[in-house]
Amino acid sequence: MFDIERWQEIFDTIRKNKLRTILTGLSVASGIFILVILLGFGQGMQNGVAQEFEEDASNRIGVWTQVTTKEYKGLNPGRVIQLRNENYAHIESKYSDRLEYKSPTFRVFNASINYKNESGAYSVNGISPEYQFIENEFMSQGRFLNYNDHKTVAKVAVISNKIYRELFKDKENPIGLVLKIADLNFQIIGVYGDKGGEREENRIYIPLSTAQRVFNGGDRLNMMYFTLNPAATFEKTLEESVKFTDDIKTYLKQVHTVAPDDISAINTFNTLENVQRFMNLNKGIQFFFWFVGVCTIIAGVVGVSNIMLIIVKERTREIGIRKALGAKPWSIVGMILHEAIFVTTVSGFSGLICSMGLLELVGPNVQVDYVVNPSINFGVAITTVFLLIFAGALAGFFPAWRAAKIKPIVALKEE
Amino acid sequence: MGSNSLHVLKGIDFSVEEGELVAIMGSSGSGKSTLLNILGMLDELDEGTYDLDGVPIKDLNETKAANYRNKFLGFVFQSFNLINYKSAMENVALPLYYQRVGRKERQEKALKYLEQVGLKEWAGHLPSELSGGQKQRVAIARALAAEPKVLLADEPTGALDSKTSYEVMDLIQKINDAGNTILIVTHEPDIADMCKRIVHLKDGVILEDKKVNQVRAAQYV
Repeated sequence: MFDIERWQEIFDTIRKNKLRTILTGLSVASGIFILVILLGFGQGMQNGVAQEFEEDASNRIGVWTQVTTKEYKGLNPGRVIQLRNENYAHIESKYSDRLEYKSPTFRVFNASINYKNESGAYSVNGISPEYQFIENEFMSQGRFLNYNDHKTVAKVAVISNKIYRELFKDKENPIGLVLKIADLNFQIIGVYGDKGGEREENRIYIPLSTAQRVFNGGDRLNMMYFTLNPAATFEKTLEESVKFTDDIKTYLKQVHTVAPDDISAINTFNTLENVQRFMNLNKGIQFFFWFVGVCTIIAGVVGVSNIMLIIVKERTREIGIRKALGAKPWSIVGMILHEAIFVTTVSGFSGLICSMGLLELVGPNVQVDYVVNPSINFGVAITTVFLLIFAGALAGFFPAWRAAKIKPIVALKEE
Repeated sequence: MGSNSLHVLKGIDFSVEEGELVAIMGSSGSGKSTLLNILGMLDELDEGTYDLDGVPIKDLNETKAANYRNKFLGFVFQSFNLINYKSAMENVALPLYYQRVGRKERQEKALKYLEQVGLKEWAGHLPSELSGGQKQRVAIARALAAEPKVLLADEPTGALDSKTSYEVMDLIQKINDAGNTILIVTHEPDIADMCKRIVHLKDGVILEDKKVNQVRAAQYV
């Protein structure tokens, strides 16, 4: 390996066979280049999708009810199941140590809303103050509802930026002004915004107690929302969240005398299950890029092997001459492999450096949806380079060994 | 290489003394090239013995054959067999590389032998830039560079016109005059006449083995 004469001989050969060397090198370098860029963008896509989903990836659990579909304990199917305050209170007290935020809702759709001469139809939601965190609402002006509003059954309302724009044409400060909801006066205490955009801003929030009293709700609820404290790992959080959902379903079925196998009466959704789906999607993306990457490497290996075969074939006559001049078989094999490894190493690393440089330079500036900061694990990249070098050497070895074994007289007849 | 063995040589018994210039003649298929290849250890003999400089050549493995070839033999081929991407000097220096001679010394020796064949000014040229005669002279210089015991030439003038052939023969005669042993395979009588001894082969046996009065090639040049 450190035989200076051998090195000189190889550099001579490389210098005199520039085209061959460049073609070999180019195929190796481009293989590595493509692979690194590909895997880099795979990672970028993964990052992008992760970012897109993480914004909405709270562990929100919602519960609502419909009619029963199964006969149970002598009760007919088709009964309307109604959530009530006591159901909510029971869950709240039973799981108080695990709940992060919770809120019942009592909702009135399309209540007519008036301010002076402007009117609109929005949904009016009676909620508890923690609902702000469940829906991730941020305050643009004023404040959100608090427990005092709830306790005093205050006729106060929080409107959205969208509603403000639509009803308050004069752009006056809305805080303290009076809004008519179903002809009742509510004082505006705050304006909220939702990161989800305008379609999430069609709601007016009022205290649950007020909503139930004003809209003849009694102790009825439309929905219950919960978020759980996160556990150590995502898998654990998901597991706990699924168990919690099942537990409250079982409890609600018991108290409302619903058949345990009735799947329509009590309904839940769990956003964490979406997160699970997203993680599966991400795994899919990862698998896809790895699959393409491995195929690229295989193509690269085949390409390098091909080139090596051709090089050895092309040099058969030269090998015969060298043998006639006294070259030993191993020195022939050594010479060919030495050259092959040298060329693939140099070109492999230049491909690696170019592609990683490109990723480093361009990566952070990529402004495409669902692609964020494409990058690649350096270990993976370097392993690939060595794999290609090894494959090239292996692919060169067998034909070189066979050529070195051919009798010189046969090799010399090769045209 | 085929699975069928073919008896090409059927009992050849002859010896060559140091300093001889022998022509091996015969029509194609007479076994002259096979004989030369066995002498050159490029091919193996099935039966019989072969002594070179007192060393019995037998049980050759590739490495041993490579050593003997490098130490004892210089080859000149009909088709020159120069390495096309190496300059004349590098081609001449190649056998010395396999003798593990240092680079500097290799180049000096190569230049010396190129001078001997009259091509010193062409040292830096590639084979493709040389004429046929020049290529063959480079090949001869390469064969000489290893300072072999025997020079084996397989139809050295086969690819050359007669004027160039005589020039090459003139060179070979001069090398022989300097004391080198040379065997030439040829089917051209005028080339054979320029040697000191002619061995006629036919169908794998020696038909005739005679000493001749050497015709000097210089008079035709």
